[in-house]
Amino acid sequence: MATVGQACLILALLTCAYGIGASLYGASARRRDWVDSGRRAVYALAVLATAAFVILETAFLRSDFHYTVVATHSSTTTPTFYKAAAAWSSQEGSLLLWVWLLSLWSSLVLFLVRRRLRDVAPYATAVLLGFGAFFTALLIFSATPFETVAAAPPEGTGLNPLLRHPSMMIHPPMLYSGYTLWAIPFAFAIGALVVRRVDADWIRATRRFALAAWFFLGIGILLGARWSYAELGWGGYWAWDPVENASLLPWLTGTAFLHSVMVQEKRGMLKVWNVSLILTTGTLAILGTFLVRSGILDSIHAFGASTLGVPFVSLIGLMIAGSVALIVTRRDSLRSEHRLDSLLSREAVFLGNNLVLVGLAFVVFWGTFFPLISEAVTGTKAAVGPPWFDRYTVPLALVLVLLSGIGPVIAWRRATWANARRNFLWPVVAAVLTLALLVAFGVTSNVAAVTMFALGAFVVAVVGQELGRGVSARRAMADEGPARALVSLVRRNRRRYGGYTVHVGMAVLFVGVAASTAFQHARDVRLSPGQTATIGGYQITYQQATSRADYRGTRLERVALGAVLDVKRKGRHVTTLRTERGYYPATAAFASGSVVQGIFDGDATSEVGMKAGLTRDLWTAIRPDPEYLQKVIDALVAKTKNQPIDQQFRVVGNLLGTYRQGAFPAQFRLISSPLVTWIWLGGIIVFAGGLIALWPAPDASGRRATAGYAGRVARELGRA
Amino acid sequence: MDVLAPLLVIVLLGVVVWLVSGPLRAGAAATEEADTARREDLEAAKEAKYREIRDAELDRRTGKLSEADWRVVDRELRAEAMELLRRLDELGSE
Repeated sequence: MATVGQACLILALLTCAYGIGASLYGASARRRDWVDSGRRAVYALAVLATAAFVILETAFLRSDFHYTVVATHSSTTTPTFYKAAAAWSSQEGSLLLWVWLLSLWSSLVLFLVRRRLRDVAPYATAVLLGFGAFFTALLIFSATPFETVAAAPPEGTGLNPLLRHPSMMIHPPMLYSGYTLWAIPFAFAIGALVVRRVDADWIRATRRFALAAWFFLGIGILLGARWSYAELGWGGYWAWDPVENASLLPWLTGTAFLHSVMVQEKRGMLKVWNVSLILTTGTLAILGTFLVRSGILDSIHAFGASTLGVPFVSLIGLMIAGSVALIVTRRDSLRSEHRLDSLLSREAVFLGNNLVLVGLAFVVFWGTFFPLISEAVTGTKAAVGPPWFDRYTVPLALVLVLLSGIGPVIAWRRATWANARRNFLWPVVAAVLTLALLVAFGVTSNVAAVTMFALGAFVVAVVGQELGRGVSARRAMADEGPARALVSLVRRNRRRYGGYTVHVGMAVLFVGVAASTAFQHARDVRLSPGQTATIGGYQITYQQATSRADYRGTRLERVALGAVLDVKRKGRHVTTLRTERGYYPATAAFASGSVVQGIFDGDATSEVGMKAGLTRDLWTAIRPDPEYLQKVIDALVAKTKNQPIDQQFRVVGNLLGTYRQGAFPAQFRLISSPLVTWIWLGGIIVFAGGLIALWPAPDASGRRATAGYAGRVARELGRA
Repeated sequence: MDVLAPLLVIVLLGVVVWLVSGPLRAGAAATEEADTARREDLEAAKEAKYREIRDAELDRRTGKLSEADWRVVDRELRAEAMELLRRLDELGSE
């Protein structure tokens, strides 16, 4: 089937080339049949990409090691769940996933607008097929997933142990869905610029796709943070890692875009800004894909390193040059229809929010690429660390949360002092009360965090007040109970109340980030069984060592050395934490004949011990004392040097027994961190809000009336 | 498998050719859809305008827009909605 897979890719590339030609010819010659044919090329691309992806997934699920990519990223002992995910742990598989997702989203949007935006759509089709052609060409010429060998190896290398986490099944497809979905508004913006139809039509047609891109990318980022917290053994959820940052960049500029397009839809303003934002976001999405796959920056995502630099840099260069050229040549058509009436207006707040978001994106971009910039300027690669990022992002985040509270209650065009007072009184009272409570309880050591708590209360109060007023207004119009009125209100104004829910979620999330960063207690300690360390008022005792060997069939999959820790507070038992360090044997070392060396030369992962709660997380990860462990390994390697493999396995068993019974020291990272759970809860609220905003509005197609225009408008409005 | 692979490739090629050549085989019949396209654009614009009217109404009811300001905005938006309805009707009578 590898031949069929490869043929699918070649056909896909030819289809893209044909579709681009047909769409452009159809648009210039005004031939509807050619334009439709070009659109159908996108559907054909979806069919071919789906077939190729199914073939690759089947090879992974069947552990068909004739495929090089399967042999190097999976094994017979890899659990089925992870075999499926192993496809996108490889460069080849992830690029195929990119094309597949792009083809699906492109087909969907072009089907939905098949009778609309007839002038814009052919150019958008050509751009989307251009992306398809680029990635398909990479799959054919640089990173083919269908490369096979005549004699399949008996066993594969297996999936990188770090990736054996449930969120890894979902995290990459979510990120890639986000990246590929940003291509949709990007392509339509290009189309709108080409034909100089820069009103809000292209925005309306692709708004839901932009929202979906933001939604999926956000889920991907949050799942990545969760994976980092639970799997990487350093105790944090965000390390300002270049690949993490690369996914955050389009999310930040995309968030700015989702806000500023409302100004264009309502007032015909910010046209240059909006096209610039979406063209930047689309380019950053490609940059994000490139960073995951390039390895040009040192990252915990080193498993993604490759040599696709030149084609990606060429594509990014082309996107930037093309975008700038289009905006400059269309600047007359992009003039605003109105001016900003007042600084006390929603337009002004959105503009402020945009500047903050773009400022954040700039800080993240500069910090991420600083190693490359410094190398280019000074010849030395220097990196900036979390304190540098925090110095700039913390104040910007505070302003952002403040604006997310002001935005929902300030009027379009011009707010008066009277209605500003009416709308802000209670939210300000809530913020001041929160501040007073925090001061009363002595929580004053970190001004930025305390300010964030007060601003969080402000946002929640604003949205609560808005919902309350909306429900009252609804009840005044229709005879409904409060719950029903709330449902009706949200159902009829999904975009507005979905957005407000997102604001609440972001406030909760930022409060979690502020608390867990400012008030975290962390210690690295060396303990022997029976010894106790204290952290944040908790006494943590290393109770006993644990060890085990995990087998799949007869094959040793992992050796785990761990610990059981007892946690007490003021003498009372709180919880028991269990943590392990897992060692995955390196196949090459096995082949060389040393089981012991093979185990400890392979990959190692941390299974963290965690007690998560609404107010506080207790977190620990073990690292068996390296000095002691090395001595044991050296002794065992010497002892088993010329022994048959079976004998060596027995020695491994002895090692495990000795480790359990011995009073050997181990290194522990102990963390007591408040409100981490709020980050995940905030994330869930954000995405619930996103879903509300994404959910389609009731179908309006059935509404037709024939009376006078004013009456018709009134009647049709009443039916929604 | 040796026979199956080329057969599958031919089938896929056939599906692709059939799919993309459909509109070309249908020829000029597609041109009558032009009015439908214009109508759908106007319908989308009308729905967006209605959404704006409802938003302004909700802003008034939740205290973000004064009665006087709302009257001005509402009048403008309704006039624009009526213009869209008129253009839709023109399209129907052509």
